[in-house]
Amino acid sequence: MAGKLTDADLKPVAGGGLLDRRLLLKGGIVLASAQAAASSLSAADTKAASPIEPSDPPWLHATGGPFTGYGTPSKFEKYVVRNIGGNRTPAGDGVSWTPLEDLEGIVTPSGLHFERHHDGVPDIDPALHRLVIHGLVRKPLEFKIDDLLRYPMQSRFLFIECGGNSNAGWHSEPIQRPVGAFHGLVSCSEWTGVPLSILLDEAGVDSAASWVIAEGADAGLLNVSLPLSKLTDDAMLGLYQNGERLRPENGYPLRLIVPGWEGITNVKWLRRLHVADQPAMTRNETAKYTELLPSGKARMFTFVMDAKSLITSPSPGQKMYGANVYEIRGLAWSGRGKIAKVEVSADGGKTWAEAHLQDPVLAQCFTRFRAPWAWDGKPAVLKSRATDETGYVQPERDVLVKERGREGYFHYNAIVCWAVDEDGEITHVYA
Amino acid sequence: MSTLRHIAVVIALVAPFGVARAADGGNVVAPRLGKPMTAAEVTAWNRTIFPDGRGLPPGHGTAEEGRILYAEKCARCHGAHGEGATAEDLIGAPTPPTREDPNKTIGAYWPFATTIFDFISRSMPPAAPGSLSADETYAITAYLLAANNVISQDDDMNDKTLPKVEMPNRNGFIWIDVKKPK
Ligand code: HEC
Repeated sequence: MAGKLTDADLKPVAGGGLLDRRLLLKGGIVLASAQAAASSLSAADTKAASPIEPSDPPWLHATGGPFTGYGTPSKFEKYVVRNIGGNRTPAGDGVSWTPLEDLEGIVTPSGLHFERHHDGVPDIDPALHRLVIHGLVRKPLEFKIDDLLRYPMQSRFLFIECGGNSNAGWHSEPIQRPVGAFHGLVSCSEWTGVPLSILLDEAGVDSAASWVIAEGADAGLLNVSLPLSKLTDDAMLGLYQNGERLRPENGYPLRLIVPGWEGITNVKWLRRLHVADQPAMTRNETAKYTELLPSGKARMFTFVMDAKSLITSPSPGQKMYGANVYEIRGLAWSGRGKIAKVEVSADGGKTWAEAHLQDPVLAQCFTRFRAPWAWDGKPAVLKSRATDETGYVQPERDVLVKERGREGYFHYNAIVCWAVDEDGEITHVYA
Repeated sequence: MSTLRHIAVVIALVAPFGVARAADGGNVVAPRLGKPMTAAEVTAWNRTIFPDGRGLPPGHGTAEEGRILYAEKCARCHGAHGEGATAEDLIGAPTPPTREDPNKTIGAYWPFATTIFDFISRSMPPAAPGSLSADETYAITAYLLAANNVISQDDDMNDKTLPKVEMPNRNGFIWIDVKKPK
């Protein structure tokens, strides 16, 4: 069947030229993709004494570079970096965004995982780091990192998303930035570590306990309260990220991993778990990470990250090169489980076509979606809409704003909308 | 479950490993490597302060003492009158947070007074967290509460009075992903 496309195959299944997602499986269609304006250096940019013929480049005729202890990306990819922003005084308080538009698949390289630090990245000697569990337990316990490395482990591919991700969506005017610098406080890794239930069991949790206050070893001693039930259900003590020990900026030597819950609960540099019968009402669960509603009341303990999706290509900052068949590419995720369906629209949401979900589709993990699109070169408005396995459907922006107002700051997960004009320029719009 | 737990405990007495309950309901054989802590060790580690005042250290302070400390150690980032500068505002009118230009400062938004003491003692000032004494922290907390019109100028703040301070927005929060106990 590959290569044997009929006219019927190329008949749009939704407005604006969206094609059947099954075309992607037939393998018979060559799709263009939107290009980043200047995401990588090309040979044309580097000065060469004489023109180099791609049929016979110089690297065919000399020994290549040396072995390296730890590899780094090609120098031609040096623009693919985290976008550092929001720094105030002091420099340790701020964020860096994952460049979602430059990445493919579902795993974020560890060095590009987003960051949100409140008082810098501590330089922790693992030999001097301890995890203590105390409070409403039979036996308060202290663990060394070397000890934790001897416990049974598990691995899970999980996204971590900052509760404040995408907050520019609340602005009255659509922000014009690459998708990563708008929605890139989310990343996805393979996390490996010890199920927390094992250590809580060892300490012997008292039946009166219902909360655990987790504290990190950064300069701000960041702490948050979490319901015990979630921690015994599926939380883990993360020691490895994407196969290697955690990076310092991701919590080395130990962080809490709380699947599907907002980033702040995945406490980095974890040093202490205080088992208790109530939350501590810390600053980061009262003054911050709560969402003020139009009524004047605020939502609190909004832990779960609701389903969200966005189109990473084409996206603002990239360009389309004329009428052609394109592949719409994007990411979807939900804190409540697996992504069940992603639909895309090329006519601003009037009609929708189902996108192809690339394997694997895992709970609380990035899911990569793709949809073939025959762009006719006329203005179009692209949207994606995720539905998760609980039946939750990602809301339109006006619906979310009507329900929550615009002062909540956290947990913005509305449908994202890109307008493509005749020149192939892409802008963020509210539509 | 209780039987499994029982087995785990019994084994722990005779062997340095145990059978722990895994999240999926199965059992995991795990070593038991945690070092038991003495009460003194727990005290040295414990930095939690609860809204009911548990965990607050002894000490006290008033707004007037706090005003001087604030000017010296905090105003640079939070503004001479707490109006905000490179860091957020800390002082505002204790009006309820409303739809128009909501005020989320201490008097208007924070539900518990203990949170102020806790956050300052663990996180502020950013270049030297933990450098303030308990008395200094009570004093700055008193200053911020008085400047937000929550307490009066000469109220002494200590481990008994601070948890009793009634914050204007105490009942302004709805618990979403956890059921609020009655
Ligand atoms: C070098 C600048 C700087 C200095 C000096 C400083 N702060 Fe801060 N403060 C910050 C920053 C930045 C934050 C936000 C931290 C974050 O986002 O987690 C903050 C947050 C706070 C907050 C929480 C505000 C909120 O609404 O959540 C309080 C309270 C606070 N500081 C009190 C103090 C006090 C009291 C002092 C003096 C002892 C002080 N700060 C000194 C920079 C500073």
